[in-house]
Amino acid sequence: MNEPKRLLLSGDEAIALAARHAGVALGAGYPGTPSTEILEHFSELGGHAQWSPNEKVALEVTIGAAFGGARALCTMKHVGLNVASDPLFTAAYTGVSGALIVVSADDPGMASSQNEQDNRRYAVAAGVPMLEPSDSQEAYEFMFAAIELSERWKIPVLFRVTTRVCHSYTVVQPRAANGAPRPASFERDIRGRVMIPAYARPAHRRLRQKLAELQEWNETSPLNRIVEGGAELGVITSGISFMHVREAAPEARVLKLGFTHPLPLKKIAQFVKGVGRCEVIEEGDPYLVEAIRAAGIPVEGKADMYRFGELDVPRVRRILNNDLSPEPTKPPGKPPQLCDACQYRIVFEALRKQDCIVAGDIGCYTLGVLQPFEAIDSCVCMGASLGVGLGLRHVLPPNQARRVVSVIGDSTFVHSGISGLVEMVYNPPPNGHVLIILDNSTTAMTGHQEHPGTGRTLEHEPTGKVILEDLARSLGIRRVYVIEPHAGTGEFDRLLTDCLESNELAVIIARRPCILIAKQLKQYEDQRCECDAAKTAAPAPA
Amino acid sequence: MTKVTNIVVAGLGGQGVLRGTDILAEVALGAGYDVKKSEIKGMSQRGGSVTGDVRFGDRVFSPMVPAGEADFLLVLEPTQVEPHRYMLRPEGVLITPDAVPADQLPSKKTLNVALLGALSAHLPMAEEQWLAALRAGFAETFFEGNRKAFLIGKGGQKSKVSSLKSKVPAGGEAA
Repeated sequence: MNEPKRLLLSGDEAIALAARHAGVALGAGYPGTPSTEILEHFSELGGHAQWSPNEKVALEVTIGAAFGGARALCTMKHVGLNVASDPLFTAAYTGVSGALIVVSADDPGMASSQNEQDNRRYAVAAGVPMLEPSDSQEAYEFMFAAIELSERWKIPVLFRVTTRVCHSYTVVQPRAANGAPRPASFERDIRGRVMIPAYARPAHRRLRQKLAELQEWNETSPLNRIVEGGAELGVITSGISFMHVREAAPEARVLKLGFTHPLPLKKIAQFVKGVGRCEVIEEGDPYLVEAIRAAGIPVEGKADMYRFGELDVPRVRRILNNDLSPEPTKPPGKPPQLCDACQYRIVFEALRKQDCIVAGDIGCYTLGVLQPFEAIDSCVCMGASLGVGLGLRHVLPPNQARRVVSVIGDSTFVHSGISGLVEMVYNPPPNGHVLIILDNSTTAMTGHQEHPGTGRTLEHEPTGKVILEDLARSLGIRRVYVIEPHAGTGEFDRLLTDCLESNELAVIIARRPCILIAKQLKQYEDQRCECDAAKTAAPAPA
Repeated sequence: MTKVTNIVVAGLGGQGVLRGTDILAEVALGAGYDVKKSEIKGMSQRGGSVTGDVRFGDRVFSPMVPAGEADFLLVLEPTQVEPHRYMLRPEGVLITPDAVPADQLPSKKTLNVALLGALSAHLPMAEEQWLAALRAGFAETFFEGNRKAFLIGKGGQKSKVSSLKSKVPAGGEAA
């Protein structure tokens, strides 16, 4: 007898495998831990995967694919959904023809993020169904369920995972066979897709009707299940917390929710009635607790101290015991730092020496905030370096304003720095401004992905390229410099001084390939030159 | 509650912490256990601390080893021992670079494999399974060096093994 294959996959790998098995036609996203590997694996498995300049564009592209009747997957980390939220909210109104799965990979505890926002709230705010797998097998299975829900109710589905689901490896037994999706085809539906107020008003009502039907369906959905146990303690939980609960309270009766918006409130009420005491175990925001209590169902929630950081087995034990004593502090690990030979060190040394006020951004270079540089004064969100720097320049007295510099990476610049650069030209501060673009020809911090400024696709194939200095010049900025930072020459320092003293708008592009992938980058460049040479050598068509 | 064996591997980015947990998880999976492996690797490329948890048994729930419940703690970098000691059970086994004679290793890069060898002396999986996982997990050219490092690590543990082996349950059911 053939035993089913047992694979050890991360949650990200499982999602990618399911997407491939389910015939997802297009995956788009922007790199962001812990979601990045989903599209990388999907591509390795032969899927059509693309990096978009940012998550808003990625979601718009996948909405387009889903309007065309195809199955589409959009991936991002939690803060990425902030960027993509504009299309998400209205896509709930328009609905889709095919399937649209939006993966939000949250990061409770901020292993590598600026905040630990809980994106389950987005499902409520936007009005979309939400699934939450608790391990890799469920990440695989729930993808098929998500696609079925999306196609049946013609609505985007939020597929919400967290770091411990994305990056934990658990056993997956894949399906033997999968149905092929319908071929893509355009069906005109003007009143459904064009959200002018006259059409949006009935669309909203249709959305609420869909959600009511989904809630009713959810009452008997196999995505939620009860693990039998004693009647004294009932626990309601979802996601990775379910696994911690099973270990921390093996004797408890557990209602495991997999389809967590709209909630199956009747099922929840019945479960609560059948147990003596019911505790809700969830990471982050008290989303479940608030929704269940709002429905008049009495449940216990965790103390406020447990909303910070991720949960684990010891913390779940504490919550169940209502232990409010101070938690043990873990010894700090060794923090990351800029690679020894990273050219950005030269830039940060210069900024520190000239006592600049630095509006920073998100990437490897954010490490310039640590010792020995301590050369970043603010870092808020992707692209904020431009706006924040300009805001400072507009209000500070001249002796301070003249020292303000914005620092951004190449990928972050394409993501959301371009509109900030337009702001710089459109509303120039009285003493000018200096933007430094740190261009290492890659999206480094997330694992060296390509982006529109590298001129290579996700699969490292040549494609259209954004030339940063040309872009800056096209906006009418006269002082645009490209420099390769070298230690010991003082060249970068002098250029920075010149720009700061000029009282004009200036863009300094500090360009040198990331040392960790310098060899690979050379290979890609050589391939591109061969490709171009072959094109020029070939005879022109008659 | 069925017994789960908990192993934590710690070190710095670039030392092969996660590759070590890959091999370990592969061996446990092949032996028929339920296996879960978790890691925080957002900062590993920049020389930050890296920790990987591997748990195996008949049924594993949480992918993270609870603090104070690690049966084995492998640490590749001396500075990372104290920050991770809290993970270890009172009677748990700590395996550090001291467990292997560094001058006998084929190369410094095989330290992670050598420590896996030391760990293997305490676990019920057969040597052949480990060697098969090592062969599959690295380029063929590295196999001889890895095999040597693995056996050096294993050999160094002989005196410590007998009292501990009974604490680890023997082979799981195949799926």
